Amino acid sequence: MLHTEMLPRDTAVRLIDENGERVIDEHYALPDTDTLLRAYRGLVEGRRINDQAGALVRQGRLAVYPSSHGQEACQVGASLVLGESDWLFPTYRDSVAVISRGVEPADAMVLLKGDWHSGYDVRAHRVAPQATPLATQLLHAVGFAQAAKHRGEDTVVLALCGDGATSEGDFHEAMNFAAVFHVPVVFFVQNNEFAISVPLSRQTAAPSLAHKAIGYGMPGQRVDGNDVAAVLAVLGEAVDRARTGGGPSLIEAHTYRMQAHTNADDDTRYRERDEVQAWIARDPLLRLRAHLTETGVLDAEAEERFAAGAEEIAAAMRTALNTDADLDPEDLFRFVTDTRSPQLEEQWQLLRGEIERSQLAETESAHTGGAR
Amino acid sequence: MTIAPDDVDTRTGSPAREVATMSMAAALNRALADAIEADPDVVVFGEDVGALGGVFRITDGLTARYGEERCFDTPLAESGIVGTAVGMAMNGMRPVVELQFDAFALPAFEQVVSHVAKLGNRTRGGMRMPLVIRIPFGGGIGGVEHHCDSSEAYYAHTPGLTVVSPSTPQDAYSLLRAAIASPDPVVFLEPKKLYWSKGEVDTSITAEIGSARIARDGTDVTLLAYGAAVPLAMEAAEAAASEGRSVQVVDVRSLSPFDDATVTAAVKSTGRAVVIAEAPGYASVASEIQARVFERCFEFLEAPVRRVTGFDVPYAPPKLEHWYLPDVDRVLDAIDTLHWDEEA
Repeated sequence: MLHTEMLPRDTAVRLIDENGERVIDEHYALPDTDTLLRAYRGLVEGRRINDQAGALVRQGRLAVYPSSHGQEACQVGASLVLGESDWLFPTYRDSVAVISRGVEPADAMVLLKGDWHSGYDVRAHRVAPQATPLATQLLHAVGFAQAAKHRGEDTVVLALCGDGATSEGDFHEAMNFAAVFHVPVVFFVQNNEFAISVPLSRQTAAPSLAHKAIGYGMPGQRVDGNDVAAVLAVLGEAVDRARTGGGPSLIEAHTYRMQAHTNADDDTRYRERDEVQAWIARDPLLRLRAHLTETGVLDAEAEERFAAGAEEIAAAMRTALNTDADLDPEDLFRFVTDTRSPQLEEQWQLLRGEIERSQLAETESAHTGGAR
Repeated sequence: MTIAPDDVDTRTGSPAREVATMSMAAALNRALADAIEADPDVVVFGEDVGALGGVFRITDGLTARYGEERCFDTPLAESGIVGTAVGMAMNGMRPVVELQFDAFALPAFEQVVSHVAKLGNRTRGGMRMPLVIRIPFGGGIGGVEHHCDSSEAYYAHTPGLTVVSPSTPQDAYSLLRAAIASPDPVVFLEPKKLYWSKGEVDTSITAEIGSARIARDGTDVTLLAYGAAVPLAMEAAEAAASEGRSVQVVDVRSLSPFDDATVTAAVKSTGRAVVIAEAPGYASVASEIQARVFERCFEFLEAPVRRVTGFDVPYAPPKLEHWYLPDVDRVLDAIDTLHWDEEA
């Protein structure tokens, strides 16, 4: 591949503009109608999941939720481009992508709810645990893809990260390893302009994050992250290239984090309301809705059906998260190692004694009407 | 003598029993080769492990014999080496990685602590981490800075990691085979100073991780040591014997999990103990061993448990290293303080 072919475009690839009008691109084709409808349904559900999770935080049912409101096109796109044998390596902000891949919403929320560190069957859905440290999971994705290549498996690995993660050393090491070993991995950076409060200008002086790719010897591309059609086309091409032995690539989506980093963050301290407002006009959901409505693909019946489906998901989330899980304290010791050491067994026995004593005290307290 | 392959666990066992005298380096090389042969999922990688055979030649000949698929050089990036090993382990392989020197392993520390140690737990056992991180460990070779540190406390302090260090070629072979076969991640610390020490290796002997070894019987005092401190303890025991003291030596071998049963029984049998390690003593594995012995053996002790460790200074430059490292005299001095007069 010529090095100039590795360079991203000067402007992000876009197939549907902010008004829902189709943009003709000489290289990337608009996904077919069925795919766009599926994507739209995903966006509707993703938006509802984000809204519901936000409500659950306010109700104290989730300890924290890093919203992907405004980034749903990236989330849904990341899930839809993957085949059954492929793997997704998500971060903490990628719950919608995880759910879109088939994980039950309540299971995807276990980490954020505080029940455990990851709540879903990683192998059943081919979704790695959501990573909290930045960029570290990109190396896991590379190693995973390297193993798949070693064993001749038909697996493409899609690794997600944000703009902040591109400043980390592990981002560099992951790009470099992936290119040197030519493994079937696609790096997908959701550049939402902020790493908590720090803007992109403080993360990089590069023309774009996608430009970093050429330094590693892989193609980079920029895509409008609020245009799900473009995300599907660009990511889809990268996944196909990886699957057919073309090696890794780096895709940067230009999007925007519409809400604060998490509920613990105050985004009025570091960005103007006007800036946030301006991005409402670029909303990924409204844009695709306009396009599908204008082209006669989306009718009121389908809209209602999708909205009802999203409501069902939200209702299931509420029910699941309003129920306190029956947590077993022995789980603290159960999974640390495959074989429990004598030291851990001793510590579990200590805790078990404490639990039994506290249960006894509760029973006695109940018998004596609370008097001690 | 040959053991029938049918009787042998393919992950841990060797198809044929061989007994030979070899260096620890050769024993480690043999263990890697046997593991590669026994299990198609085992891969060895790191920096310089291919054509060069590793800076200490531990991987000598593996690429030539088994190909780049099984033993290969990576870009120079420790976090990359460990991080990709994590991904491979997630996908069913058994990576064995080499990090060239103790201090050069530190860029990988986040991967080790945040992922290698925790992934099994995070996924509630859904993804185990059967990987081995080999680190040439400790000093005594005249290396310049960053080449001779003892980082075991960082790893032993991290829940989820198994940490072992052999002191004999036999243990080097058996423990490395056991580490590779373990479903849990193992930090495998190879005492650089002992790479060229020789001993008999029987490839049919398997080791149980988590067990200490009585290296020498004795009745008056127990020396507890691991890695390069074990031969030092043996030397000190010999010297003490010439002064009329019967000294027991326990090779702790497995720093985490720790073999409390063997160590406790040993110290109870003598009533006196000295812990020997070359790492700085403050907040160290030696401190942990000392504390555990106090907790379990207090009423059997004739004297406080002493530690002989490195000083709490950055590892010494080569020309001062002999002042830094615990030596026989320092061990004998410690033994002398164990309230012998009160017994008389």
